Amino acid sequence: MKKQNNLKTLLVTLVTIAVFAVLSVGAEAVAGNVDGMSMLVPVLKKTAVYSLIAVSMNLLNGFTGLFSLGHAGFMLVGAYTYAILSIPVAKRAGVYQYYDGGVVQFSIPETFGNLMGESVGTVIGMLLTLVISGLIAAFLAWLIGLPVLRLKSDYLAIATLGFAEIIRTFIQYEGFAPLTNGSNTLRQYASFKSLYAYVIVAGLCIAVIVLIVNSTYGRAFKAIRDDEIAAEAMGINLAKHKMMSFIISSFFAGFGGGLMAMYMASVQAKSFTVSMTYEILLIVVIGGIGSITGSIIGTFLFVGCSEWWLRFLDESANNIGGLKLLAPGFRMVVFSIFVMIIVLFFRRGIMGTHELPDVFRFLRKKIKGKGAAK
Amino acid sequence: MELFQKILPTLLSGISAGGQYALIALGYTMVYGILRLINFAHGDIFTVAGFVMFYAITAMPLYLAIPFTILVTVLLGFTVERVAYKPLRSAPRMSVMISAIGVSYLLQNLMWYVTGGQAQQYPSIPWISGKVMVLGVETKVVTVITPFLTVILILLLVFLTKRTKVGLAMRAAAKDFETARLMGIKIDGVISVTFVIGSFLAAVGSMLFFTNYSTVSPTVGMMPGLKAFVAAVFGGIGSIPGAVVGAFIIGICENIIRSLGWSTFSDAFTFALLIVVLCVKPTGLFGEKLEEKV
Repeated sequence: MKKQNNLKTLLVTLVTIAVFAVLSVGAEAVAGNVDGMSMLVPVLKKTAVYSLIAVSMNLLNGFTGLFSLGHAGFMLVGAYTYAILSIPVAKRAGVYQYYDGGVVQFSIPETFGNLMGESVGTVIGMLLTLVISGLIAAFLAWLIGLPVLRLKSDYLAIATLGFAEIIRTFIQYEGFAPLTNGSNTLRQYASFKSLYAYVIVAGLCIAVIVLIVNSTYGRAFKAIRDDEIAAEAMGINLAKHKMMSFIISSFFAGFGGGLMAMYMASVQAKSFTVSMTYEILLIVVIGGIGSITGSIIGTFLFVGCSEWWLRFLDESANNIGGLKLLAPGFRMVVFSIFVMIIVLFFRRGIMGTHELPDVFRFLRKKIKGKGAAK
Repeated sequence: MELFQKILPTLLSGISAGGQYALIALGYTMVYGILRLINFAHGDIFTVAGFVMFYAITAMPLYLAIPFTILVTVLLGFTVERVAYKPLRSAPRMSVMISAIGVSYLLQNLMWYVTGGQAQQYPSIPWISGKVMVLGVETKVVTVITPFLTVILILLLVFLTKRTKVGLAMRAAAKDFETARLMGIKIDGVISVTFVIGSFLAAVGSMLFFTNYSTVSPTVGMMPGLKAFVAAVFGGIGSIPGAVVGAFIIGICENIIRSLGWSTFSDAFTFALLIVVLCVKPTGLFGEKLEEKV
């Protein structure tokens, strides 16, 4: 029974990814041909990347109840690992112009491209580099987790936040500059061009997280979230499961960081600040802490509002009468007021701890119930 | 003597930075003591105070601008508590913390909108921006004043908490929220007073800090805010003397690290210290022991 259920979840998830991939091809066509839709593709790309990151944070903060604020640090590690390992050799001299082309003199996507043919090899190389980015972030998470995971609630939040800042300092340090390019940007690395590639890669990662959440480990995580002491009494190894959740979440944060590097086309350590973690946390809260579909919906709304639908608020030409209210930045003010309203009055977010399929099932039952009553 | 001449500027700026951190840290520690809430918006309230001063000075003379700035900051702190934290009094602690992060996000975006994201030159306050010679070393007056002003304010604060009725209520609320309420303490009033005092100290701290630092931008308060928080944790969160001692230690250590030419690592040091403290002695230097209830 349980196994069938899991299989069904997997099938549903895979079909959903396929549908989204087809839709994204459609979206690209629409964006190219319909007026006023030029923002559609960038918004959807960012949504795909941020969804993965938000879901990975939700795994830790929502499903395991470990309130960590170190996500930006792991994303930074992922983004930098990806960028460093995939800048084509010929372009290194230009990117590392102050450091004689840097110390890394190979590019994984390029090597694979030469080995297995331009198109297939490059993609395999890029995917492999993304996995390496995730693994390095996960390794770092293991190191950080050893001392930090013993801490409780807000102390944990502050300690992880501190580690994220330390990571940023080290990456910007002049001494490592031949590797990290110091405080200069990394750019010109290989990246996916089409939207559907982002959707499929991010979707598959989210599918893996869904499977983890539905497994015995996932149930142990939820038990820890609901009551740590009771969970321990039931024989759940707290230290082991907390560490596992932390490592998995950081792996996907690093992986997502690599995708984000692709999306942004250039990365610089100074943009991965605490504010970035706050944004992702707010996305998770808007969607509902402990709901994966919620996080995805939340990301779409967040990215859509902040990048696209509220744009008109930034145009001073749109002011009505003599008011000077609309000016650059007003969009974000309105948006953060929305966020505060959700935080204050709809504390459970859009989905609470429910998933979208649960809601459909509930609605179907309700409709059926009404039909029977008649 | 020559060595002394070399060390003195570092030490002076360290003590001065420590004083400024202490003023911010008190806001954190008092709020944490009562509400068990890390008020992430405190650093932004501190920055808002900097901007208010910047705009106030263009509209009114200095002797009005200073009280005006303090008043606006205090009002902001009060409003933030009433609007964003009070409705969540019975909610889980994490919800309140998320609300604090939301307020911080809102304030930063608001400042960005009002100022256009430009860093502004902080007005120089006459006299305290001037130069003075201390034991043969030239420095700003504000560097010398800060520790004294800090100590005076802290003594006042200690007097307030130990000798007055409000202070007694605050200590009672920090000890046991529910019992304090049963004893007839109007808890909302006490919490408001705490935020008012915290914002007042942040406003004073911002004047001293920005006179030294000279530019204000929407995100500039984040780092001093976080460092002040680290100071509060280091000293034992909830404890007033702890926050002050922690702030001075962090301020001095940071400036020593900078003078050794490791300025990239001065921020990292602060957080490394935090992590060491949390792992070795999570209650800090003077903190009370927290019991775990089943």
